[in-house]
Amino acid sequence: MTETTIKLGIVGGYMVVAAVIGLVAYRLTDRTAEDYYLASRTLGTVVLLFTTFATLLSAFTFFGGPNLTYSAGPEWILVMGVMDGIIFAILWYVLGYKQWLVGQHHGYVTLGEMLGDRFGSRALRGLVAAISLFWLFPYVMLQQKGAGQAIVGLTDGAVPFWVGAGGITLFMIVYVAVSGMRGVAWTDTLQGILMLGLIWAAVAWILSAVGGPTAATARLAETNPEFLALGGGLYTHEYVISTAVSIAFGVTMFPQINQRFFVASSEKVLKRTLALWPVLVVLLFVPAFMLGAWAAGLGVTVPENGNVVPAILNEYTAGWFTAVVVAGAMAAMMSSSDSMLLSGASYLTRDLYRPVTDLAEEDPSLPDRASLANRIRRSALAAAVSLGRLLRSDRDRETLLARAGVVVFATLSFVASLYAPGTLVEIGDTAFGGFAQLTLPVLVALYWARTTRWGMYAGIGGAQLFYLASVFLPMVPGSYLGGWSASVVGMVLGLVLTVGVSLATDAASGEDATVYTVSAIEGD
Amino acid sequence: MTTRSEGTRQHLERAGWAIGAVVVVAASIPWFLWRDSTVVAGLPLWLWWHVGWLCLASLGFLAFTRYGWGIGVESGATIGSPTTEDGPEVRTDD
Repeated sequence: MTETTIKLGIVGGYMVVAAVIGLVAYRLTDRTAEDYYLASRTLGTVVLLFTTFATLLSAFTFFGGPNLTYSAGPEWILVMGVMDGIIFAILWYVLGYKQWLVGQHHGYVTLGEMLGDRFGSRALRGLVAAISLFWLFPYVMLQQKGAGQAIVGLTDGAVPFWVGAGGITLFMIVYVAVSGMRGVAWTDTLQGILMLGLIWAAVAWILSAVGGPTAATARLAETNPEFLALGGGLYTHEYVISTAVSIAFGVTMFPQINQRFFVASSEKVLKRTLALWPVLVVLLFVPAFMLGAWAAGLGVTVPENGNVVPAILNEYTAGWFTAVVVAGAMAAMMSSSDSMLLSGASYLTRDLYRPVTDLAEEDPSLPDRASLANRIRRSALAAAVSLGRLLRSDRDRETLLARAGVVVFATLSFVASLYAPGTLVEIGDTAFGGFAQLTLPVLVALYWARTTRWGMYAGIGGAQLFYLASVFLPMVPGSYLGGWSASVVGMVLGLVLTVGVSLATDAASGEDATVYTVSAIEGD
Repeated sequence: MTTRSEGTRQHLERAGWAIGAVVVVAASIPWFLWRDSTVVAGLPLWLWWHVGWLCLASLGFLAFTRYGWGIGVESGATIGSPTTEDGPEVRTDD
C-alpha cells in the first residue's frame, strides 16, 4: 500500500465512523420537526458546548487562522480570543439566553419565526431567512474549498481539488438528510474532543522535534522579529477591533449558531456553557494559531493554495499523523457544514415555503369601495394565495423540499468553490460581516418594546444594502476613517436606522411587543 | 419605599455587571503592551496576558452565572411600554 492510500484510508475511515453515529442518532429520532431540527430541545452541557464549538471550528479557524498567523503574525489569536472567548460569550447570555427564554415560551425554531411573530410580519420573516441563506452560501463554500485544499495537500496533488470538495459535499448531503440535529450534535461532540486532542498532540510532536517552545520562538525572532511585537503590519487597532466585533456579532446570526440558542435543555446548561467558553477557546486557538506562526520561523514552505498546518505536520511528524489531523479538520468542516445545511433547510421550509403555502387559507376578496393601493395590495395577495394553493403543503412535500433544498444548495456552493477567488479568511470574513448586519436590529427588537416593524425593515434592509454595496461595488469603499471595516460601519448604520425609524413610526396592528417579555423558567 | 430601594439596588447591580463586561472585553487585549516584543517562557508576554485574562474571564462568567444570572434579560428588563394595548389582533402585513 502506498502512503497516499493509507492517508486516504484514514480520512475515509473517519468519515465512516461519523456516518455510523449519524445512523444511530437517526434511529432515535422522532419524525417531528422539533426533533429533526432541535433534537427536541434536549441538548446537555457537553453536547451543546461542543456542538457550538465544533460549528465554529470550521475551515476558517482550522486552516485559515494558521495561514494568517503564518503570513502576518500570531496576533490573530487575540482577535479570535476576544471575539470568541469574550464577546461571543457575552452575546451568548444577552442574545442567547433571551432567545432561549422566548423560544421556550413560544416554541420558535428559527430566528425568522421569532421576529415574524413579534412584528406580525411574514415579509420580515422571509426577509431574515433569505438574507441568512444568502450569507450562508459563501460559508458553506468555504468548507468545501477547505476540504478540497486539504485533500490536495495531503496527497501532494495526486487527488485533485474537486474530489475533496465534491466528496465532502456528498457526505454532508447524505448526513444531513439522514440524521437531523441529534446526529449532528453527537458527531460534533466527538469531533470537538478529537480536534482538541489532535491539535495538542501536533504541537507536542513538533515542539519536541525542534527543541521546545523557547527554541521555536527564538527561530521566529530571528526570521520575523516583527511577529513577536504586538500589533504592526496588518494588525492595526482598527483592524483588530473591527474584525473581532464583526465576527462575534456575525457568529450569533449564523443559522446553525442561532438555532443552538433554542436547543439547550435547561438554564443550567446555558450557564455552564458560558463559564467554560473562554477556557475552551484558549485551549484550542493558542496551540493551533501558534503552529502557523512557528512554521514561519521554521522556514516551512507552503505550496500555492495550500495550508500551513498540513505543511508543517508533513515536515516534522509522520505521514499517518498528518492524515489523522487532516481527517479531524475535514470532520470539523463537515460538522460545520452539516449544521449549516440543516439550519438552512429549516429556514427554507419554515420561513420561506410555509408562509406562502399558509396563504392558501386566506381570502383575497375586496370590500366594495377599496382604494387603489388596497386593490394593488389585494391583487398581489391574490397571486400569492393562488401560488400557495398550488404548492399546498403536506408534511411529505415539506420534508422533500427541505432535503431537495439541501442538495441544491450544497451542489451550487460546491460548483462555486471550484471557481471562487479569495483566501479562506477573506471569504469567511465577508460572510461574518453579512450576518453581523442582522445582530443589532435583532437585539434592539428583543430589548426595546418601542421597536416597530418599519424600524426593523429599515435597520435590516439598510445595513444589508450598504454592506452588499461595499462588498460588490468597487466605488463603495471597504474601510472608513482610518481602517474601520464596512461591516462595523454597516452595523452602526443598522442600529441608527432601527432606532430612528422606530421612533418615527407607530406600531402597526398585528405587532405584539409583549411576546418578548418573558420571565425565568422554573423547575430547572 | 422598600420597592424603591429594591429598584435602585437592581439598577446598581445591572450597571455593575455591565461595567464588568466592558472591562472584561476591553482588557482582553493588553493595549499597554502595544509594540512590545518581550518573550517569556517561549511565548510573547502579550499572549500570556491574553491567556491569563481569558482564564480570569471564565471565573468571572462563573461568578455571573451564580450571582447575576437573569439580570437584564428576564422580564422587567424590557424597557418602554408595550405597544399593543388596543388588543393583539392577529394580522400580517402582506
